[in-house]
Amino acid sequence: MTDAYFEILRAGTNSSIQDQGRKNLYHIGITISGAMDQKIFKISNALVDNNLNEGVIEFAYQGPLLKLKNGSVNFAITGNIDFNIIRKNSIIEKGRCFQNYFLDKDEELDLIYTKNSVFGYLAVEGGFKIEKVWNSYSTNTKAKIGPNNGEKFSIGEKIYLKKSEVKNFEKKNIEYNNSVATTIRTIKGTNFDYFSKEAKNNFFNEEYQVTNLSDRMGMRLEGPKLENIFNTNIKSEGLVKGVVQVPADGNPIIMFSDHGSIGGYPKIAVIITADHDKAAQLIPGSKIKFKEVNLDEAESLFKTYSKETKSYLEKIK
Amino acid sequence: MIKNISNLGDAALYCDFGKEVNEEINSYVITYFNHLKKLVEDKSIQGITNLSPSYNKLIVSFDLSITNFQEIKNKIETIKILNNKKKKSKKIQVPVCCEEKHALDLLNLSKKLKTNPEKILSLFFSKEYFCYMTGFIAGMPFLGDIDESIRVDRLKTPRVKVPKGSVGLTEQFCNIYTFESPGGWNIIGNTPKKIFNKVDLNNPALIKPGDKVSFYKITKEEYLNWND
Repeated sequence: MTDAYFEILRAGTNSSIQDQGRKNLYHIGITISGAMDQKIFKISNALVDNNLNEGVIEFAYQGPLLKLKNGSVNFAITGNIDFNIIRKNSIIEKGRCFQNYFLDKDEELDLIYTKNSVFGYLAVEGGFKIEKVWNSYSTNTKAKIGPNNGEKFSIGEKIYLKKSEVKNFEKKNIEYNNSVATTIRTIKGTNFDYFSKEAKNNFFNEEYQVTNLSDRMGMRLEGPKLENIFNTNIKSEGLVKGVVQVPADGNPIIMFSDHGSIGGYPKIAVIITADHDKAAQLIPGSKIKFKEVNLDEAESLFKTYSKETKSYLEKIK
Repeated sequence: MIKNISNLGDAALYCDFGKEVNEEINSYVITYFNHLKKLVEDKSIQGITNLSPSYNKLIVSFDLSITNFQEIKNKIETIKILNNKKKKSKKIQVPVCCEEKHALDLLNLSKKLKTNPEKILSLFFSKEYFCYMTGFIAGMPFLGDIDESIRVDRLKTPRVKVPKGSVGLTEQFCNIYTFESPGGWNIIGNTPKKIFNKVDLNNPALIKPGDKVSFYKITKEEYLNWND
């Protein structure tokens, strides 16, 4: 049996393998990486009966165009994605997210774009034939760490599948609500008091707009300048996903999955874990407001988030 | 010793060892880090996903679906560190080319400091530095302390791309960009030496906390012909 693989006919803007991310390597400067939207990443795996932490292809804005060579595959797309399946004889089938499909040899999958969102996921039953690096399938294109030599995919490459043929195809799907966030909940950061009264007030009451300078590492926002009245530099120290840093220019930057492990700009706030996924999906131009919650509220909002994720996963079984 | 523990968001602890930056405080951070790292490796503590030591802070990240702030805080508060032994340090020499092409901020720096570029470089090359921590990007060493007369703040707006190998200054510290990355340090040169080897999974970082690093100047030709 010849191995099944996808040939990349178009790579898309930023297509790479991701999973839950890496652990316990911050201290040598290796960040967590991993899927930007963890919830729909897990759902994509569940839809094809995988272990929830199997490596999937994450894509942003324009996704890849893939042709299956040899065998067959059971795949699912999650996100808010406009995509087509190009069947034999060039018959185009409109794709639906949060549902699995059977794709046969020589058929193509065209992930056209992410609608009003940034990231989408492609999971295949059994996973992709790739090696873990530092115990994770995640790709960090900045540090060039992970599968595919830490690079995003490019045209002409081949992505091999672990399973070359679908044995028993069983249809699965769920209804998923792709809502777009307008409020992002945060906990005050460790340097909150470095900022002027006006800045604190602006941060929690005014709108901030997502700029084009946004990627897997961080998201730069623009809005009323956040004036620092104490010190615009701190001694470099650890960062975590969700930290909102404010450099001297007064514009906030949100740290995401490929963020530097250490940073030296004051932390005005930290986005609560329950809101990481929806913050990551904000497209440039989106306007958001930050809302303050305390630790207790954040912990209970995380429970709600976990319950919601779990209920989606249970519906798939 | 830890002076205060607070929460950094809902999934991390912020252990504060003080405001000052010196080798003594830093060695306490490293001692706590090593202790916790062992507990994680021995699985005697559940839910910790990352430990991030820096000059005078230790950030402990955890998985909110396994544990929470209060649980980890209680565990850390029971840790008793008795002796704070310093490890023997390794000495590393790093070549730097300071040609205009590589020294992106040297001229601006000389304006800011009102001193000539040669003076900045000679002060920079004359000292041996202590490695406080590694991070930001894989293997990037945070070294100090540079001469008081060449200290400046970070760039007001960080660069979107700092070239790989760049050597930068900020406040009392210097560092080496082990990969191309965004960054706000003042760049005075570039090293061709491999500081982080991702192929070596067991020992990827050339420079580790506690090591001593000195820099020496090389020419454009030496830079181009460099072979590790």
